[in-house]
Amino acid sequence: MKSGSNLERLLEKGEFIITGELGPPKGTDVEVVKEKAAMLKGNVDAVNITDNQTAIVRMSSIATSKILIDEGLEPTMQMVARDRNRLAMMSDLFGANALGIRNMLCLSGDHQSFGNHPEAKNVFDIDSIQMIYMVKTMRDEHKVICGDEIEGDFKMFIGAASNPFADPFQYRVHRLAKKVEAGLDFVQTQCIYDMKRFKEFMKQVVDMGLHERCKILAGVTPLKSVGMARYMAANVSGITIPEDMIERLKGAGKGNVAAEGIKIACEQIQELRALEGIAGVHLMAIEWEHRVHEIVEMAGLLPRPKG
Amino acid sequence: MITADRKPFEEIKASVKDYDKIMVLGCETCVAICQAGGEKEAEILASELKLAFGNEGKKVEVNDEHVIRQCDDEFMADPAFLEKVKEADIILSIACGVGVQHACNFFNRTITDKPIRVVPGLNTTFMGANIDVGLWEERCLGCGDCVLERTGGICPITRCAKSLLNGPCGGSSNGKCEINKDTDCAWHLIIERLEVLGELDRIKPVEMYKDWRPSHSGGPRKRVREDLRL
Repeated sequence: MKSGSNLERLLEKGEFIITGELGPPKGTDVEVVKEKAAMLKGNVDAVNITDNQTAIVRMSSIATSKILIDEGLEPTMQMVARDRNRLAMMSDLFGANALGIRNMLCLSGDHQSFGNHPEAKNVFDIDSIQMIYMVKTMRDEHKVICGDEIEGDFKMFIGAASNPFADPFQYRVHRLAKKVEAGLDFVQTQCIYDMKRFKEFMKQVVDMGLHERCKILAGVTPLKSVGMARYMAANVSGITIPEDMIERLKGAGKGNVAAEGIKIACEQIQELRALEGIAGVHLMAIEWEHRVHEIVEMAGLLPRPKG
Repeated sequence: MITADRKPFEEIKASVKDYDKIMVLGCETCVAICQAGGEKEAEILASELKLAFGNEGKKVEVNDEHVIRQCDDEFMADPAFLEKVKEADIILSIACGVGVQHACNFFNRTITDKPIRVVPGLNTTFMGANIDVGLWEERCLGCGDCVLERTGGICPITRCAKSLLNGPCGGSSNGKCEINKDTDCAWHLIIERLEVLGELDRIKPVEMYKDWRPSHSGGPRKRVREDLRL
Protein backbone atom coordinates (compact mmCIF):
# COMPACT_ATOMS: atom_id res chain seq x y z
CA MET A 1 0.00 0.00 0.00
CA LYS A 2 1.25 3.44 -0.91
CA SER A 3 -0.74 5.29 1.71
CA GLY A 4 -2.98 2.88 3.52
CA SER A 5 -5.94 5.17 2.97
CA ASN A 6 -9.49 3.92 2.68
CA LEU A 7 -9.69 5.46 -0.80
CA GLU A 8 -6.63 3.56 -1.98
CA ARG A 9 -7.84 0.25 -0.48
CA LEU A 10 -11.28 0.50 -2.04
CA LEU A 11 -9.86 1.44 -5.43
CA GLU A 12 -7.44 -1.48 -5.25
CA LYS A 13 -10.34 -3.81 -4.44
CA GLY A 14 -12.09 -2.54 -7.56
CA GLU A 15 -15.03 -0.99 -5.71
CA PHE A 16 -16.88 1.76 -7.58
CA ILE A 17 -15.85 4.82 -5.58
CA ILE A 18 -17.73 7.95 -4.68
CA THR A 19 -15.89 10.95 -3.29
CA GLY A 20 -17.42 14.17 -2.01
CA GLU A 21 -16.29 17.70 -1.49
CA LEU A 22 -16.35 20.12 1.43
CA GLY A 23 -15.46 23.79 1.28
CA PRO A 24 -14.01 25.07 4.59
CA PRO A 25 -15.64 28.11 6.22
CA LYS A 26 -14.44 31.67 5.65
CA GLY A 27 -13.32 31.81 9.24
CA THR A 28 -12.98 29.68 12.32
CA ASP A 29 -16.41 28.12 12.62
CA VAL A 30 -15.65 24.47 13.31
CA GLU A 31 -19.36 23.68 13.72
CA VAL A 32 -19.95 24.41 10.02
CA VAL A 33 -17.31 21.82 9.13
CA LYS A 34 -18.83 19.29 11.53
CA GLU A 35 -22.34 19.83 10.17
CA LYS A 36 -21.22 19.36 6.57
CA ALA A 37 -19.13 16.35 7.58
CA ALA A 38 -22.15 14.74 9.26
CA MET A 39 -24.14 15.07 6.03
CA LEU A 40 -21.37 13.39 4.04
CA LYS A 41 -20.52 10.64 6.55
CA GLY A 42 -21.41 7.18 5.32
CA ASN A 43 -22.36 8.50 1.91
CA VAL A 44 -18.92 8.98 0.35
CA ASP A 45 -15.57 7.19 0.63
CA ALA A 46 -13.38 10.27 0.95
CA VAL A 47 -13.98 14.01 1.01
CA ASN A 48 -11.97 16.63 -0.88
CA ILE A 49 -11.11 19.60 1.31
CA THR A 50 -10.57 22.60 -0.90
CA ASP A 51 -7.56 24.90 -0.49
CA ASN A 52 -8.70 28.53 -0.64
CA GLN A 53 -10.87 27.67 -3.63
CA THR A 54 -11.44 30.42 -6.19
CA ALA A 55 -8.68 32.26 -4.31
CA ILE A 56 -10.97 33.19 -1.41
CA VAL A 57 -9.45 32.96 2.07
CA ARG A 58 -10.84 30.07 4.09
CA MET A 59 -9.86 27.80 6.95
CA SER A 60 -6.76 25.88 5.88
CA SER A 61 -7.19 22.64 4.07
CA ILE A 62 -4.88 20.87 6.54
CA ALA A 63 -6.78 21.99 9.64
CA THR A 64 -10.15 21.20 8.08
CA SER A 65 -8.88 17.77 7.00
CA LYS A 66 -7.84 17.05 10.58
CA ILE A 67 -11.30 18.01 11.85
CA LEU A 68 -12.77 15.55 9.34
CA ILE A 69 -10.51 12.77 10.58
CA ASP A 70 -11.69 13.48 14.13
CA GLU A 71 -15.28 13.25 12.88
CA GLY A 72 -14.57 9.80 11.42
CA LEU A 73 -14.32 10.72 7.74
CA GLU A 74 -11.39 10.41 5.36
CA PRO A 75 -10.18 13.67 3.81
CA THR A 76 -8.41 14.30 0.54
CA MET A 77 -6.43 17.43 1.22
CA GLN A 78 -6.20 19.77 -1.75
CA MET A 79 -3.03 21.81 -2.19
CA VAL A 80 -2.57 24.62 -4.71
CA ALA A 81 0.69 25.89 -6.19
CA ARG A 82 -0.56 29.47 -6.03
CA ASP A 83 0.02 30.07 -2.32
CA ARG A 84 3.10 28.05 -1.34
CA ASN A 85 6.66 27.64 -2.48
CA ARG A 86 8.37 24.26 -2.36
CA LEU A 87 9.54 24.74 1.23
CA ALA A 88 6.05 25.52 2.49
CA MET A 89 4.56 22.63 0.50
CA MET A 90 6.93 20.01 1.85
CA SER A 91 6.67 21.33 5.38
CA ASP A 92 2.85 21.33 5.20
CA LEU A 93 2.96 17.82 3.75
CA PHE A 94 5.00 16.60 6.72
CA GLY A 95 2.49 18.24 9.02
CA ALA A 96 -0.46 16.76 7.12
CA ASN A 97 1.09 13.31 7.26
CA ALA A 98 1.72 13.65 10.98
CA LEU A 99 -1.97 14.52 11.45
CA GLY A 100 -3.04 11.36 9.62
CA ILE A 101 -3.89 12.82 6.22
CA ARG A 102 -3.23 10.16 3.58
CA ASN A 103 -4.85 11.47 0.36
CA MET A 104 -4.06 14.68 -1.43
CA LEU A 105 -4.81 16.54 -4.64
CA CYS A 106 -2.07 18.50 -6.41
CA LEU A 107 -3.48 21.56 -8.16
CA SER A 108 -2.28 24.76 -9.85
CA GLY A 109 -5.04 26.79 -8.19
CA ASP A 110 -7.31 29.50 -9.53
CA HIS A 111 -5.49 32.74 -10.22
CA GLN A 112 -5.72 35.18 -7.30
CA SER A 113 -7.45 37.73 -9.55
CA PHE A 114 -10.66 35.68 -9.09
CA GLY A 115 -10.64 35.89 -5.34
CA ASN A 116 -11.06 38.35 -2.49
CA HIS A 117 -7.39 39.42 -2.44
CA PRO A 118 -6.59 40.21 -6.07
CA GLU A 119 -3.75 42.47 -4.85
CA ALA A 120 -1.83 39.43 -3.58
CA LYS A 121 1.47 38.24 -5.02
CA ASN A 122 1.23 34.66 -6.20
CA VAL A 123 3.90 32.00 -5.80
CA PHE A 124 3.84 29.31 -8.51
CA ASP A 125 7.34 28.18 -7.57
CA ILE A 126 6.50 24.70 -8.86
CA ASP A 127 3.49 23.65 -10.90
CA SER A 128 0.90 20.94 -10.24
CA ILE A 129 2.74 18.30 -12.28
CA GLN A 130 6.01 18.99 -10.50
CA MET A 131 4.08 18.83 -7.22
CA ILE A 132 2.93 15.29 -8.09
CA TYR A 133 6.53 14.32 -8.79
CA MET A 134 7.67 15.96 -5.56
CA VAL A 135 5.15 14.03 -3.43
CA LYS A 136 5.99 10.78 -5.21
CA THR A 137 9.71 11.35 -4.53
CA MET A 138 8.93 12.06 -0.88
CA ARG A 139 6.88 8.88 -0.59
CA ASP A 140 8.84 6.41 -2.72
CA GLU A 141 12.40 7.65 -2.28
CA HIS A 142 11.86 9.08 1.16
CA LYS A 143 13.61 12.28 0.16
CA VAL A 144 12.77 15.94 -0.14
CA ILE A 145 13.52 17.75 -3.41
CA CYS A 146 17.14 18.55 -2.54
CA GLY A 147 17.82 14.89 -1.79
CA ASP A 148 17.85 15.07 2.01
CA GLU A 149 16.34 12.05 3.77
CA ILE A 150 12.93 12.41 5.39
CA GLU A 151 12.88 11.57 9.08
CA GLY A 152 9.99 9.24 9.81
CA ASP A 153 7.33 7.74 7.57
CA PHE A 154 5.72 9.59 4.69
CA LYS A 155 2.66 8.10 3.09
CA MET A 156 0.35 9.73 0.59
CA PHE A 157 -2.13 8.70 -2.09
CA ILE A 158 -1.50 11.21 -4.86
CA GLY A 159 -4.34 12.78 -6.78
CA ALA A 160 -4.81 15.57 -9.27
CA ALA A 161 -7.51 17.13 -11.39
CA SER A 162 -8.09 16.89 -15.11
CA ASN A 163 -10.27 19.16 -17.18
CA PRO A 164 -11.19 17.27 -20.35
CA PHE A 165 -13.20 20.28 -21.48
CA ALA A 166 -10.50 22.95 -21.45
CA ASP A 167 -8.51 23.78 -24.58
CA PRO A 168 -6.70 22.74 -26.64
CA PHE A 169 -8.90 19.61 -26.49
CA GLN A 170 -6.51 17.31 -28.38
CA TYR A 171 -3.76 18.05 -25.82
CA ARG A 172 -5.81 17.37 -22.65
CA VAL A 173 -5.14 13.65 -22.64
CA HIS A 174 -1.41 14.30 -23.03
CA ARG A 175 -1.49 16.56 -20.01
CA LEU A 176 -3.13 13.76 -18.02
CA ALA A 177 -0.44 11.41 -19.37
CA LYS A 178 2.22 13.79 -18.06
CA LYS A 179 0.59 13.72 -14.63
CA VAL A 180 0.53 9.92 -14.71
CA GLU A 181 4.20 9.96 -15.75
CA ALA A 182 4.97 12.25 -12.81
CA GLY A 183 3.47 9.73 -10.39
CA LEU A 184 -0.30 10.17 -10.17
CA ASP A 185 -2.38 7.54 -8.35
CA PHE A 186 -5.85 8.93 -9.03
CA VAL A 187 -7.46 11.78 -10.89
CA GLN A 188 -10.77 13.58 -10.52
CA THR A 189 -12.20 15.26 -13.60
CA GLN A 190 -13.96 18.57 -14.05
CA CYS A 191 -17.73 18.14 -13.82
CA ILE A 192 -19.17 16.50 -16.88
CA TYR A 193 -22.26 17.65 -18.76
CA ASP A 194 -21.09 17.12 -22.34
CA MET A 195 -21.03 13.32 -22.23
CA LYS A 196 -20.12 13.05 -25.92
CA ARG A 197 -16.91 15.01 -25.48
CA PHE A 198 -16.10 13.16 -22.27
CA LYS A 199 -16.47 9.81 -24.03
CA GLU A 200 -14.08 11.01 -26.75
CA PHE A 201 -11.61 11.96 -24.02
CA MET A 202 -12.02 8.61 -22.26
CA LYS A 203 -11.45 6.74 -25.50
CA GLN A 204 -8.08 8.50 -25.80
CA VAL A 205 -7.36 7.71 -22.13
CA VAL A 206 -8.13 4.03 -22.61
CA ASP A 207 -6.22 3.83 -25.91
CA MET A 208 -3.16 5.18 -24.11
CA GLY A 209 -3.71 2.78 -21.19
CA LEU A 210 -3.75 5.62 -18.67
CA HIS A 211 -6.71 4.07 -16.79
CA GLU A 212 -4.51 1.11 -15.93
CA ARG A 213 -1.86 3.30 -14.35
CA CYS A 214 -4.13 5.77 -12.57
CA LYS A 215 -7.65 5.53 -11.18
CA ILE A 216 -10.09 7.86 -12.89
CA LEU A 217 -12.99 9.42 -10.98
CA ALA A 218 -15.50 11.25 -13.14
CA GLY A 219 -16.72 14.63 -11.91
CA VAL A 220 -20.45 15.11 -11.34
CA THR A 221 -22.15 18.28 -10.16
CA PRO A 222 -25.94 18.22 -9.92
CA LEU A 223 -27.59 21.31 -11.41
CA LYS A 224 -29.76 23.08 -8.84
CA SER A 225 -31.41 25.51 -11.23
CA VAL A 226 -31.50 26.77 -14.79
CA GLY A 227 -29.64 29.87 -13.60
CA MET A 228 -26.83 27.76 -12.20
CA ALA A 229 -26.55 25.87 -15.48
CA ARG A 230 -26.30 29.12 -17.44
CA TYR A 231 -23.78 30.54 -14.94
CA MET A 232 -21.53 27.46 -15.09
CA ALA A 233 -21.62 27.41 -18.88
CA ALA A 234 -20.64 31.09 -19.00
CA ASN A 235 -18.02 31.15 -16.23
CA VAL A 236 -16.37 27.77 -15.83
CA SER A 237 -13.64 27.05 -18.34
CA GLY A 238 -14.74 24.75 -21.13
CA ILE A 239 -18.09 23.89 -19.58
CA THR A 240 -20.79 23.44 -22.14
CA ILE A 241 -24.18 22.26 -21.00
CA PRO A 242 -26.19 20.64 -23.77
CA GLU A 243 -29.32 22.63 -24.60
CA ASP A 244 -31.58 19.56 -24.19
CA MET A 245 -30.36 19.22 -20.57
CA ILE A 246 -31.33 22.83 -19.89
CA GLU A 247 -34.68 22.28 -21.61
CA ARG A 248 -35.26 19.23 -19.42
CA LEU A 249 -34.61 21.29 -16.27
CA LYS A 250 -36.96 24.02 -17.49
CA GLY A 251 -39.59 21.44 -18.36
CA ALA A 252 -39.61 20.12 -14.78
CA GLY A 253 -41.56 23.21 -13.80
CA LYS A 254 -41.48 25.46 -10.76
CA GLY A 255 -40.39 23.74 -7.56
CA ASN A 256 -39.24 20.60 -9.34
CA VAL A 257 -36.04 21.79 -11.04
CA ALA A 258 -33.69 20.70 -8.25
CA ALA A 259 -35.24 17.23 -8.14
CA GLU A 260 -34.86 16.97 -11.90
CA GLY A 261 -31.20 18.08 -11.54
CA ILE A 262 -30.62 15.26 -9.07
CA LYS A 263 -32.31 12.79 -11.41
CA ILE A 264 -30.05 13.90 -14.25
CA ALA A 265 -26.98 13.53 -12.01
CA CYS A 266 -28.00 9.99 -11.07
CA GLU A 267 -28.47 9.07 -14.73
CA GLN A 268 -25.03 10.53 -15.45
CA ILE A 269 -23.53 8.42 -12.67
CA GLN A 270 -25.07 5.27 -14.20
CA GLU A 271 -23.78 6.20 -17.65
CA LEU A 272 -20.30 6.95 -16.30
CA ARG A 273 -20.22 3.71 -14.33
CA ALA A 274 -20.71 1.76 -17.55
CA LEU A 275 -17.75 3.51 -19.23
CA GLU A 276 -14.48 1.65 -19.59
CA GLY A 277 -11.76 3.12 -17.40
CA ILE A 278 -13.99 4.87 -14.86
CA ALA A 279 -13.23 3.80 -11.28
CA GLY A 280 -15.75 6.02 -9.57
CA VAL A 281 -17.33 9.46 -9.41
CA HIS A 282 -16.37 12.65 -7.66
CA LEU A 283 -19.58 14.30 -6.53
CA MET A 284 -19.19 18.05 -6.19
CA ALA A 285 -22.47 19.07 -4.61
CA ILE A 286 -21.51 22.68 -4.00
CA GLU A 287 -23.30 24.00 -0.88
CA TRP A 288 -25.66 21.09 -1.31
CA GLU A 289 -24.17 18.69 1.19
CA HIS A 290 -27.63 18.01 2.62
CA ARG A 291 -28.74 16.42 -0.66
CA VAL A 292 -25.72 14.11 -1.01
CA HIS A 293 -27.33 11.19 0.84
CA GLU A 294 -30.37 11.39 -1.43
CA ILE A 295 -28.23 11.52 -4.59
CA VAL A 296 -25.98 8.64 -3.60
CA GLU A 297 -28.97 6.54 -2.54
CA MET A 298 -30.86 7.26 -5.76
CA ALA A 299 -27.75 6.37 -7.76
CA GLY A 300 -27.81 2.95 -6.04
CA LEU A 301 -24.44 3.46 -4.36
CA LEU A 302 -25.48 2.82 -0.76
CA PRO A 303 -24.34 1.39 1.55
CA ARG A 304 -20.71 2.33 1.03
CA PRO A 305 -18.27 -0.58 1.24
CA LYS A 306 -15.95 -0.96 4.22
CA GLY A 307 -12.26 -0.37 3.44
CA MET B 1 12.59 47.18 -24.62
CA ILE B 2 11.52 48.46 -21.23
CA THR B 3 8.03 49.97 -21.17
CA ALA B 4 6.56 52.46 -18.75
CA ASP B 5 3.49 54.60 -18.13
CA ARG B 6 3.40 58.12 -16.85
CA LYS B 7 2.32 58.40 -13.23
CA PRO B 8 -0.98 60.23 -12.60
CA PHE B 9 -0.35 63.97 -12.95
CA GLU B 10 -1.53 64.77 -9.43
CA GLU B 11 0.97 62.29 -7.97
CA ILE B 12 3.80 63.85 -10.00
CA LYS B 13 2.74 67.37 -9.02
CA ALA B 14 2.63 66.43 -5.33
CA SER B 15 6.13 64.97 -5.52
CA VAL B 16 7.67 68.26 -6.78
CA LYS B 17 5.36 70.86 -5.20
CA ASP B 18 7.82 71.94 -2.50
CA TYR B 19 10.53 72.99 -4.94
CA ASP B 20 10.98 76.17 -6.96
CA LYS B 21 13.32 74.97 -9.66
CA ILE B 22 12.31 71.72 -11.30
CA MET B 23 14.09 69.89 -14.09
CA VAL B 24 12.03 67.34 -16.04
CA LEU B 25 14.57 64.91 -17.44
CA GLY B 26 13.61 62.73 -20.40
CA CYS B 27 15.36 59.61 -21.63
CA GLU B 28 15.61 59.07 -25.37
CA THR B 29 15.84 55.27 -25.48
CA CYS B 30 13.20 52.70 -24.40
CA VAL B 31 10.70 55.05 -22.78
CA ALA B 32 10.94 57.45 -25.73
CA ILE B 33 10.01 54.63 -28.11
CA CYS B 34 7.00 53.70 -25.99
CA GLN B 35 6.17 57.41 -25.80
CA ALA B 36 6.19 57.73 -22.06
CA GLY B 37 9.41 59.53 -21.17
CA GLY B 38 11.30 60.91 -24.18
CA GLU B 39 12.15 64.47 -25.23
CA LYS B 40 8.60 65.24 -26.36
CA GLU B 41 7.02 63.86 -23.18
CA ALA B 42 9.49 65.84 -21.04
CA GLU B 43 8.48 69.03 -22.85
CA ILE B 44 4.76 68.30 -22.39
CA LEU B 45 5.10 67.41 -18.72
CA ALA B 46 7.14 70.57 -18.04
CA SER B 47 4.42 72.69 -19.70
CA GLU B 48 1.67 70.97 -17.73
CA LEU B 49 3.49 71.57 -14.46
CA LYS B 50 4.12 75.25 -15.31
CA LEU B 51 0.47 75.69 -16.15
CA ALA B 52 -0.81 73.88 -13.07
CA PHE B 53 1.46 75.72 -10.63
CA GLY B 54 0.84 78.99 -12.51
CA ASN B 55 -2.92 78.59 -12.07
CA GLU B 56 -2.34 78.29 -8.34
CA GLY B 57 -0.29 81.50 -8.40
CA LYS B 58 2.86 79.65 -7.50
CA LYS B 59 6.08 80.94 -9.05
CA VAL B 60 8.02 77.93 -10.24
CA GLU B 61 10.73 77.46 -12.82
CA VAL B 62 10.26 74.24 -14.77
CA ASN B 63 12.81 73.28 -17.42
CA ASP B 64 13.00 70.20 -19.53
CA GLU B 65 16.10 68.35 -20.61
CA HIS B 66 16.79 64.95 -22.11
CA VAL B 67 19.70 62.59 -22.51
CA ILE B 68 20.19 59.58 -24.78
CA ARG B 69 20.24 57.15 -21.85
CA GLN B 70 19.94 57.73 -18.12
CA CYS B 71 21.23 54.21 -17.43
CA ASP B 72 24.73 55.01 -18.67
CA ASP B 73 27.29 57.48 -17.26
CA GLU B 74 28.65 58.56 -20.61
CA PHE B 75 25.39 60.14 -21.79
CA MET B 76 25.13 62.38 -18.72
CA ALA B 77 28.74 63.50 -18.35
CA ASP B 78 28.49 66.78 -20.26
CA PRO B 79 29.69 69.54 -17.83
CA ALA B 80 27.14 72.10 -19.13
CA PHE B 81 24.33 69.59 -18.49
CA LEU B 82 25.66 68.76 -15.03
CA GLU B 83 25.72 72.47 -14.22
CA LYS B 84 21.98 72.66 -14.99
CA VAL B 85 21.37 69.60 -12.83
CA LYS B 86 23.18 71.30 -9.97
CA GLU B 87 21.11 74.46 -10.36
CA ALA B 88 17.81 72.60 -10.11
CA ASP B 89 16.15 71.91 -6.73
CA ILE B 90 14.73 68.63 -7.90
CA ILE B 91 15.13 66.36 -10.92
CA LEU B 92 11.91 64.77 -12.13
CA SER B 93 13.24 61.85 -14.14
CA ILE B 94 10.92 60.27 -16.66
CA ALA B 95 13.25 57.41 -17.44
CA CYS B 96 12.47 53.84 -16.37
CA GLY B 97 13.29 52.81 -12.82
CA VAL B 98 16.81 51.88 -13.91
CA GLY B 99 17.37 55.33 -15.37
CA VAL B 100 15.97 57.12 -12.31
CA GLN B 101 18.28 55.23 -9.97
CA HIS B 102 21.31 55.47 -12.18
CA ALA B 103 20.86 59.21 -12.85
CA CYS B 104 20.53 59.76 -9.09
CA ASN B 105 23.62 57.71 -8.41
CA PHE B 106 25.63 59.39 -11.17
CA PHE B 107 24.62 62.95 -10.23
CA ASN B 108 25.53 62.37 -6.59
CA ARG B 109 28.83 60.79 -7.55
CA THR B 110 29.85 63.65 -9.85
CA ILE B 111 28.30 66.61 -8.03
CA THR B 112 29.80 66.42 -4.59
CA ASP B 113 29.08 69.85 -3.12
CA LYS B 114 25.29 69.48 -3.09
CA PRO B 115 22.97 66.51 -2.69
CA ILE B 116 20.86 65.98 -5.81
CA ARG B 117 17.25 64.93 -5.35
CA VAL B 118 15.77 62.71 -8.11
CA VAL B 119 12.14 61.53 -8.19
CA PRO B 120 10.32 59.35 -10.77
CA GLY B 121 7.62 60.54 -13.15
CA LEU B 122 6.89 57.10 -14.59
CA ASN B 123 5.79 53.69 -13.41
CA THR B 124 8.07 51.18 -15.08
CA THR B 125 6.04 48.23 -16.31
CA PHE B 126 7.76 45.46 -18.25
CA MET B 127 10.23 44.12 -20.80
CA GLY B 128 8.14 43.80 -23.89
CA ALA B 129 7.67 44.28 -27.59
CA ASN B 130 5.72 46.77 -29.67
CA ILE B 131 3.11 44.40 -31.12
CA ASP B 132 1.07 46.94 -33.07
CA VAL B 133 0.58 50.68 -33.22
CA GLY B 134 0.01 51.76 -29.63
CA LEU B 135 0.23 48.20 -28.29
CA TRP B 136 3.03 46.69 -26.19
CA GLU B 137 3.02 43.26 -24.59
CA GLU B 138 5.22 41.69 -21.92
CA ARG B 139 7.60 39.06 -23.27
CA CYS B 140 10.40 38.43 -20.77
CA LEU B 141 10.70 38.32 -16.97
CA GLY B 142 14.48 38.02 -17.01
CA CYS B 143 14.40 34.70 -15.12
CA GLY B 144 18.05 34.10 -15.98
CA ASP B 145 17.56 30.63 -17.49
CA CYS B 146 15.83 30.83 -20.88
CA VAL B 147 13.45 27.99 -21.83
CA LEU B 148 12.41 29.32 -25.26
CA GLU B 149 14.39 26.62 -27.06
CA ARG B 150 11.92 23.97 -25.87
CA THR B 151 8.71 25.99 -25.92
CA GLY B 152 8.53 27.02 -29.55
CA GLY B 153 9.90 30.49 -28.86
CA ILE B 154 6.99 31.45 -26.58
CA CYS B 155 7.83 32.10 -22.92
CA PRO B 156 5.58 30.30 -20.41
CA ILE B 157 7.31 31.95 -17.45
CA THR B 158 6.25 35.38 -18.66
CA ARG B 159 3.16 34.76 -20.72
CA CYS B 160 1.39 32.16 -18.58
CA ALA B 161 -0.30 33.91 -15.62
CA LYS B 162 0.84 30.99 -13.42
CA SER B 163 4.32 30.63 -15.00
CA LEU B 164 3.54 26.95 -15.56
CA LEU B 165 6.30 24.83 -17.06
CA ASN B 166 3.89 21.97 -17.77
CA GLY B 167 0.82 23.80 -19.03
CA PRO B 168 -1.84 24.53 -20.00
CA CYS B 169 -3.89 24.53 -16.80
CA GLY B 170 -7.58 23.72 -16.79
CA GLY B 171 -8.45 27.38 -17.24
CA SER B 172 -7.48 27.58 -20.89
CA SER B 173 -10.55 28.25 -22.99
CA ASN B 174 -10.73 28.97 -26.73
CA GLY B 175 -7.07 29.90 -26.72
CA LYS B 176 -7.52 32.47 -23.96
CA CYS B 177 -6.31 32.66 -20.37
CA GLU B 178 -8.72 32.23 -17.45
CA ILE B 179 -7.73 35.57 -15.97
CA ASN B 180 -8.75 37.64 -18.96
CA LYS B 181 -10.45 36.93 -22.28
CA ASP B 182 -8.07 39.42 -23.97
CA THR B 183 -4.99 37.49 -22.88
CA ASP B 184 -3.78 34.60 -25.00
CA CYS B 185 -3.13 31.30 -23.23
CA ALA B 186 0.65 30.97 -23.62
CA TRP B 187 0.44 27.18 -23.55
CA HIS B 188 -2.19 27.15 -26.26
CA LEU B 189 0.21 29.22 -28.39
CA ILE B 190 3.11 26.92 -27.52
CA ILE B 191 1.17 23.80 -28.50
CA GLU B 192 0.00 25.38 -31.77
CA ARG B 193 3.54 26.47 -32.64
CA LEU B 194 5.11 23.11 -31.76
CA GLU B 195 2.46 21.33 -33.83
CA VAL B 196 3.36 23.44 -36.87
CA LEU B 197 7.03 22.71 -36.26
CA GLY B 198 6.25 19.00 -35.84
CA GLU B 199 7.85 19.14 -32.38
CA LEU B 200 4.91 18.45 -30.06
CA ASP B 201 6.86 15.55 -28.53
CA ARG B 202 9.20 18.09 -26.96
CA ILE B 203 6.67 18.97 -24.27
CA LYS B 204 5.57 15.41 -23.48
CA PRO B 205 8.27 14.69 -20.87
CA VAL B 206 7.71 16.29 -17.46
CA GLU B 207 9.58 19.57 -17.21
CA MET B 208 11.32 19.47 -13.84
CA TYR B 209 11.41 22.09 -11.07
CA LYS B 210 12.86 25.39 -12.15
CA ASP B 211 15.97 26.70 -10.46
CA TRP B 212 14.97 30.26 -9.58
CA ARG B 213 18.41 31.28 -8.34
CA PRO B 214 19.38 33.02 -11.59
CA SER B 215 16.15 35.06 -11.30
CA HIS B 216 15.37 37.86 -8.86
CA SER B 217 14.55 35.15 -6.27
CA GLY B 218 18.30 34.68 -5.87
CA GLY B 219 18.60 38.31 -4.73
CA PRO B 220 19.55 41.45 -6.71
CA ARG B 221 21.63 40.36 -9.67
CA LYS B 222 25.01 41.50 -10.89
CA ARG B 223 26.75 40.76 -14.15
CA VAL B 224 30.54 40.79 -14.20
CA ARG B 225 32.64 40.39 -17.32
CA GLU B 226 36.16 40.12 -15.98
CA ASP B 227 37.60 40.48 -19.49
CA LEU B 228 35.99 43.91 -19.80
CA ARG B 229 36.87 45.17 -16.33
CA LEU B 230 39.64 47.74 -16.06
